[in-house]
Amino acid sequence: MPDKAYIYLEDGTVLEGEGFGSRTTRTGELVFTTAMNGYPESLTDPSYEGNILIMTHPLIGNYGVPAKKQSSGILSNFESERIHAEALVIGELTKGNKWNSSMGLDEWLSSEGVPGIQGIDTRMLTKTVRNKGAMMCTVSTQGKLKDPKRALDDKYTNINFVERVSPKKPLVHGSGKRNVVVVDCGVKHGILQCIAEMGYKVTRMPYDSSADDIMKEDPAGIVYSNGPGNPNLLDKTVESFRNVMEYKVPIFGICLGNQVASLAMGGRVRKMKFGHRAINKGVIDIISKRAYITTHNHGYAMLPEDVPEKARVWLLSKDDNVVEGMMLKENNIITTQFHPEARPGTNDARFMFGMFDRMMKEYK
Amino acid sequence: MKERRKILVIGSGPIKIGEAAEFDYSGSQALRVIREEGFESILVNSNVATVQTSHDMADKVYLMPVTSHFVESVIQKERPWGIMIGFGGQTALSVGIELSKSGVLSKYGIKVLGTGIDGIESALSREKFRKTMHKAGLPIPPNASAHSKEIALKAAKNIGYPVMLRVSFNLAGRGSAVAWNEKELAAVLERAFAQSGSGEILIEKYLNGWKEIEYEVVRDSMGNCAVTACIENMDPMGVHTGESVVVTPAQTLDNYDYQEMRTAAIKVAESINLVGECNVQFALDPKGRDFYIIETNPRMSRSSALASKATGYPLAYVSAKLALGYKLHEIRNNVSKSTSAFFEPSLDYITIKIPRWDLAKFDGVSESVSTEMKSIGEVMAIGRGIEEAFQKAVRMIDIGEPGLVGGAVYNSKMANEEILGTLRARKPYWFLYAAKAFKEGIPLKEVHDATLVDNFFLEKIKGVVNAYESKKGMEGMGFSAIQSGNMATGNMSIKQIDTLAGEWPAQTNYLYSTKKGMEDDIDTRKGKRKLLVLGAGVFRIGVSVEFDYGAVALAESAKKYFGSVSMMNYNPETVSTDWDRVDKLYFDELTGETITGICEKERFDSVATFAAGQIGNNLSLALEKKGIKLLGTKGSNIDRAEDRNKFSALLERLGIRQPNWTTASSIQDMRLFIERYGFPVLVRPSYVLSGSAMKIANSMQELIEYTEKATMLSPEHPAIVSSFIKDAVEAELDCGADGRNAIGVSMYHIEEAGVHSGDATIATPYVDHGSSDEMKEIALRLVNELDIRGPFNLQFIIDKNGANVIELNLRASRSMPFASKSVGTNIIDHSVKGILNRYDWNGFKEPKHNAFAVKSAQFSWGQLKGAYPCLGPEMHSTGESASLGRSLGSALLKSWLGVQPNRLPRNGVLVYGDKDKTTLKQAADILSESMTVSTLEDAPMHNHPTIAKAKALEMIHKGNIDLVITNNDMRAIDYEIRRSAADLNIPLVLNARLGLELAKSISAPMDYEEMKSYWKANGHKGRKL
Repeated sequence: MPDKAYIYLEDGTVLEGEGFGSRTTRTGELVFTTAMNGYPESLTDPSYEGNILIMTHPLIGNYGVPAKKQSSGILSNFESERIHAEALVIGELTKGNKWNSSMGLDEWLSSEGVPGIQGIDTRMLTKTVRNKGAMMCTVSTQGKLKDPKRALDDKYTNINFVERVSPKKPLVHGSGKRNVVVVDCGVKHGILQCIAEMGYKVTRMPYDSSADDIMKEDPAGIVYSNGPGNPNLLDKTVESFRNVMEYKVPIFGICLGNQVASLAMGGRVRKMKFGHRAINKGVIDIISKRAYITTHNHGYAMLPEDVPEKARVWLLSKDDNVVEGMMLKENNIITTQFHPEARPGTNDARFMFGMFDRMMKEYK
Repeated sequence: MKERRKILVIGSGPIKIGEAAEFDYSGSQALRVIREEGFESILVNSNVATVQTSHDMADKVYLMPVTSHFVESVIQKERPWGIMIGFGGQTALSVGIELSKSGVLSKYGIKVLGTGIDGIESALSREKFRKTMHKAGLPIPPNASAHSKEIALKAAKNIGYPVMLRVSFNLAGRGSAVAWNEKELAAVLERAFAQSGSGEILIEKYLNGWKEIEYEVVRDSMGNCAVTACIENMDPMGVHTGESVVVTPAQTLDNYDYQEMRTAAIKVAESINLVGECNVQFALDPKGRDFYIIETNPRMSRSSALASKATGYPLAYVSAKLALGYKLHEIRNNVSKSTSAFFEPSLDYITIKIPRWDLAKFDGVSESVSTEMKSIGEVMAIGRGIEEAFQKAVRMIDIGEPGLVGGAVYNSKMANEEILGTLRARKPYWFLYAAKAFKEGIPLKEVHDATLVDNFFLEKIKGVVNAYESKKGMEGMGFSAIQSGNMATGNMSIKQIDTLAGEWPAQTNYLYSTKKGMEDDIDTRKGKRKLLVLGAGVFRIGVSVEFDYGAVALAESAKKYFGSVSMMNYNPETVSTDWDRVDKLYFDELTGETITGICEKERFDSVATFAAGQIGNNLSLALEKKGIKLLGTKGSNIDRAEDRNKFSALLERLGIRQPNWTTASSIQDMRLFIERYGFPVLVRPSYVLSGSAMKIANSMQELIEYTEKATMLSPEHPAIVSSFIKDAVEAELDCGADGRNAIGVSMYHIEEAGVHSGDATIATPYVDHGSSDEMKEIALRLVNELDIRGPFNLQFIIDKNGANVIELNLRASRSMPFASKSVGTNIIDHSVKGILNRYDWNGFKEPKHNAFAVKSAQFSWGQLKGAYPCLGPEMHSTGESASLGRSLGSALLKSWLGVQPNRLPRNGVLVYGDKDKTTLKQAADILSESMTVSTLEDAPMHNHPTIAKAKALEMIHKGNIDLVITNNDMRAIDYEIRRSAADLNIPLVLNARLGLELAKSISAPMDYEEMKSYWKANGHKGRKL
């Protein structure tokens, strides 16, 4: 018989399921993604650091886990070197089956020390998160916990997760003539690949690098990357943004980078009830009136009234009015709250890297 | 007041294999949008059985053939502003293209709403499609044409083996072959060149075993796109998608596969300048990243209906809005009612679609599932796992199997080689044989090699077998109580489909049950005066859209009397499974177990079974015994009408005439009956609907042969033997009753008794007043005796002594939509009123007929390769067409022309037969006044030029004969003639009486009125109905 596993929620809910992956106990903020596939990408997305992830599609693991593929240190089929989600909550773990699969999901989680729980009514749990908001939770694949409350005292909002996923010193990928600096708050390799494919060298710098550190690299452009957690804790990153933007070097802020941009320009960022984690969301370019289906993974966001005065709202989610992107032409800044590199998700907004490319070419 | 702009919607005509109720669903949604947007809607569709031809769906309904001639006549009269041709299948699209090419659309300045004609053409023409894809840089299967052996071999080398060799311009894939290497190709090339009339062959990359994946794309006039569904066929390429087991969402694609094909699908939509919806089919290498675009359908399709039901995203509704110029983000998601339609649904459940075949009914038909569609129905099951959805779906196809395991196939004594042979031959329902294979210990690899189904799905089937055999881990695997021997397999919970996987609350109640849940999504106890309507389930020969009309009409009518109306059905093609029409839709199994489970949660006040065809009738008594209150006639009284013995005794007691009959459990019983009453006799089992296993026997030998076959078919039922009254007229009443009084419409069959009522040409009004009064009097006596409340259908054979009762069905019938629409009286609505109130008249009321109405059967002989076209007591038709007219001839001719491939003969008619020759000859005589008539030397008509069979075949192939009129079963003589006609789309008339009536009608004056206008007296002020 498979081991029993338990999930404890801040609101007192306890559910029993079957454990898989590593036999351990992990605590994190419980969130859900409605992406129906792409679990290798999602689990390795550094933005999920500190999150326990529910996948709403009931069958997960169907195509196994591929062997890592990389070029110049950039992975093309994972978003980072390791799983970042604290634990995985699913309806049913399936037997992986595909020509390029190197191991099963169960084995992968085991090898990465990450617990999984299956046999859960993930729809019920998702509705709990939807109704009560993202909350702290503990998953145990080591039997019942004696004092589950204690582990739940840590609050997601108070922890600087970026510190845990950002490199300690600069990392360089590729050998293009011109250099794009990525202020790495936990960057997804999808973003790195999109930049490298345009022929640039990519220099990943620690999230707390100063403007001077960044400008020393002679960047053709700067990307403020995605990353986990509360942007209001990232004073140094916000400060470096505020300073580099004066150089008018093209800047692309993605996800957390969009939030950092807002804070740097005097805007506001608020915690959402349960966030956007999906690959099926429509956003509208309110300037061109074109619309795109995009990938989202954020628990913080801006509403139109939070946007800094000098920035212009560029993209909007029509469903809940979340600002999905800003523009500041005179300073060569574009930002998106969603992930134009997708992975998992559509290729609809990839062209935004092309926009950034044109900005960089025009700048010099 | 400013005149409203008119929009013309083209329907798909009668149901045929490949075009079914999905177009009733999509057309109905389009009509709804047109009304919502304040336009006047005009519909052309001859399919009388549909919901969309109900008078309240469109402002005007033209019950006429969907051909350019008739549509043009409507255009002339109505002068519409716009036309929608994307909601009536290929039929509507073809008519639209014809009208555009012939200049009719530009002549009348009609706007084509949605995707333009150019775009449609570039998707439909093979050559234009290739060019369009090349231009857009999209991959299509590599192919090349060749005129010599050398070029062919070189082309194959470039493409890479294996290759498919096709002989150009040969019908039905004749002469094609697969070559796995150069040697094999060289060996078949010679024969191929010899067979090719043009000396040209086509070498194409052979994609057998590749995965088939479909995407549904919506696109607005600004170019914004959303891909709302990705569905995966379990069957590999080479099996028509309509014949495949299909799972939604796709299960074996990783992010890369999914997104690369999604992007390509959007590019396909862009390349044809789509405005609305299209599906794009892909072939994907199961062992790599290569994929090819196979085709696109720039219209609503079977798969778009399936995708709508699978995801909750109403593609037809959105598509119609897009056609009217809306942008995707301006349209509301009607499920959440707060988000926009610009998104891609996320599913937190699995759906599985399985086709239903009825091939056993067709003698001689090829039983292999292939590139041509032969199935006539489909089901969709929803579950939280593959096993659950799969097993539900197997039960839903209603072929007697209790799930993947534990049924007739599973328990049969098949040798391993036979099991694998069946799988390799692609016989219908491969999954049952796969389960059987696993039971017998055949390794997965061998099952995979035989089926080419992805191991992911085969593992799931194997898991079900293992659980069943070990009795362990059966929870949540979709086992029924019958399979599990009443072992507990989990508790039922009710889940909602919300298009967004729980991210936003749903405002609609699109529901399914699962045993893999921990809570119900809704408070099932809520609500007062609650009614559950059961739908008709899977379509098959004998159950089609007419029963869906019944369920929808009932639900609509019941809203007046009940606080909440729920629907339960599982046919994804239908209007009844539109979550927007009722308070709650339970998309679930129509089995006693599931209905009872849901009833325990909901505590419905009543359950209506009478709109659910034979499924409902069969369940009635069992549900009543479980304490469920049925709406209408009591279950015990339904049983008294359905049980042949009880019913016959009842007729005897009431002194109502019926053909002599007996229950025979042995050949000896039959002998005794025949000694007394003689031949011919009609033999059949109890509880028949579609005439399955029904047969007329003329001799002892025929009787014995047949009985042995029928007994094998249905062991627990003895055969019923009755005297067959030759050459009699068959007549019917479709009625509603209140327990004492009735309202109904009388009809008669043009063909003599012996032709199944579903295949017969039915006309109204019935003019033989003596008999029709007697029929009504009998109906009233039965209403009072059985306390009939609700709809019923009573069938008679009229002989020299008057009316003989042959059948009473206490339910909505196949002909009820026709009867209702022939006079403009909604019989279902009257039925509901009769159940809940009393009528305000005494006796039997028949609404006044101000026009003639005729209903013709649509056969799908062309699609059923090898089957012998012939009429008899077994039903073979798949759909129906009907028209009203100011004369019988006008109604008959329009109705007949509404059936594909019927058209008026231009070149020559072949008339022959070996029965009822006087009638046939009359037909030939009339036709010969205006056209060339020939007859066959093996079964000739006097005074008409005789030709030999070979000559006749030649003339059919050359198009010199474009109508065949014959009679009876003469397969020894004319199999090739009927088959060639069917294969070449030459109209076939298979009955002498119909032939004669048609011959007479060809000169009848035509009238082109709207349906409601026929309900009014000609030239007089209309009578209000």
